[in-house]
Amino acid sequence: MSGRKVAAAALVIGIFWQVCAWLVDAAILPGPLVVLVTFLREAGGELGGHFLASFWRVLASMLISVALAAPAGLILGQSKRLNELLSPVIYLLYPIPKVVLVPVVLLFLGISDLSKIVIIFLILFFQILVLVRDQAAAIRPELLYSVRSLGAGRRGLFRFVYLPASIPAILTALRQSIGTAVAVLYIVELTATQRGLGYYIYFNGSTLFDYPKMYAGVLAMSLLGLGMYFAVDVLHRKVSPWQFQEETKSR
Amino acid sequence: MIEFHSVDFHYPGHESVFEGFDWQIGEGEAWAVLGPSGCGKSTLLYLMAGLRFPQRGRVVVAGEALDKPRPRTGLILQDYGLLPWATVAENANLGLRLRKFYGPDGRHAPQGEVVGDIDRAAMGWLDRLGLAEVGAKYPGQISGGQRQRTAIARTLATDPDVLLMDEPFASLDAPTRQSLGRLVRELRQEAGLTTVIVTHAIEEAARLGERILLLGNPPNHSPVIIDNPNSVRIGYSETEEYNQLCRQLRARLEAAG
Repeated sequence: MSGRKVAAAALVIGIFWQVCAWLVDAAILPGPLVVLVTFLREAGGELGGHFLASFWRVLASMLISVALAAPAGLILGQSKRLNELLSPVIYLLYPIPKVVLVPVVLLFLGISDLSKIVIIFLILFFQILVLVRDQAAAIRPELLYSVRSLGAGRRGLFRFVYLPASIPAILTALRQSIGTAVAVLYIVELTATQRGLGYYIYFNGSTLFDYPKMYAGVLAMSLLGLGMYFAVDVLHRKVSPWQFQEETKSR
Repeated sequence: MIEFHSVDFHYPGHESVFEGFDWQIGEGEAWAVLGPSGCGKSTLLYLMAGLRFPQRGRVVVAGEALDKPRPRTGLILQDYGLLPWATVAENANLGLRLRKFYGPDGRHAPQGEVVGDIDRAAMGWLDRLGLAEVGAKYPGQISGGQRQRTAIARTLATDPDVLLMDEPFASLDAPTRQSLGRLVRELRQEAGLTTVIVTHAIEEAARLGERILLLGNPPNHSPVIIDNPNSVRIGYSETEEYNQLCRQLRARLEAAG
């Protein structure tokens, strides 16, 4: 998607917002320009700090979940027996909306950053685990035979087949779950913290009734999600160009 | 070069594919293995490639009983043998990269072989097989014939002395199939490769096999061999001898099936 199209879409949304603000004509819906000015003014100050706190929590969760889920997925994808053993467990745990575990994790891990990171980690972990596992298991036996016949043992297969095959799966999993991760970030930041965009939005909206600031927080949170989505997308195109090439010839 | 000594093989839970199977392939010979689907021809190839192992008996290649794939045996499969995420050039030099990765340990790569300039070695074959222009493309972007030539280039770059092919041209159109068949014959004559091509196509077996092994419904006990020494002659496929062989093969296959 071109940058110009995205900018045009942003403009359309902005206009729609402005029209709504005129129609509603109330303090609870300031226009986009007011919010933008507030956003820019606050970005260098208080809001920037909250943004960084939130960003750090998502980033740390992402790194930890990739570091743990990708190898686990690779192992499960390679070992039929292990996968048969563990897949019922994953089958049961995967669909649980991890956000309902917030109170439990808070009780066990306290109100530190750790509890927030763990919640987001739980969401990303299962998503990456399942996608990497399925990707590794879907590698065609013909491909494995061919590479083995060229001399690859376990290490060679891992380095030249399983690892490169799993990278797109990791990035796809991240891209698909960033939206959920940021949504859950908001929820975990509502309680037991005074740092982060969730807190900022809630505090300005419900306690200070400073609506432009509240919307500036919403904007910051949207940009956080959008920015990470774009970053993963760009990374994906960079490391897996083959998935983005057009087929110039059919088989 | 390749010897089967009283080989028994079955897949777990299935009946025997080979029972007490003996078969010898001499150095530099060109074999075609022909049979109906399910007769065990691919299994035979995997046994020779060291990707499957007999329950009884031994498969010996170049004097050594196989217990893993042998570095100097090349294997070319029908499809899906290329890494989809690697370019044609990267696929072509995969064998050499693996050798560099392991070093000349005698297990994964030939003992004492020093891998030189990887790109140059593979590039030479890409050039030779007319793939230089598509070197930067991915397998998904090129034709089936080009993909199969890439697989051949990848194997030849590792300097094999045995070339095993499992239905290598089955998914290609007739002209591509024929030109690749000629290529394999040329390469074999140049390098003195021992080749085994597994096929279900009678004409392909008649054109590419100086000796033809016929497999029937399993279990296969003793090999049925048909000599076809004139297959290397130019224009062979227009001769009456060729037509007669094809008829004979068809009759035998029908009798077996």
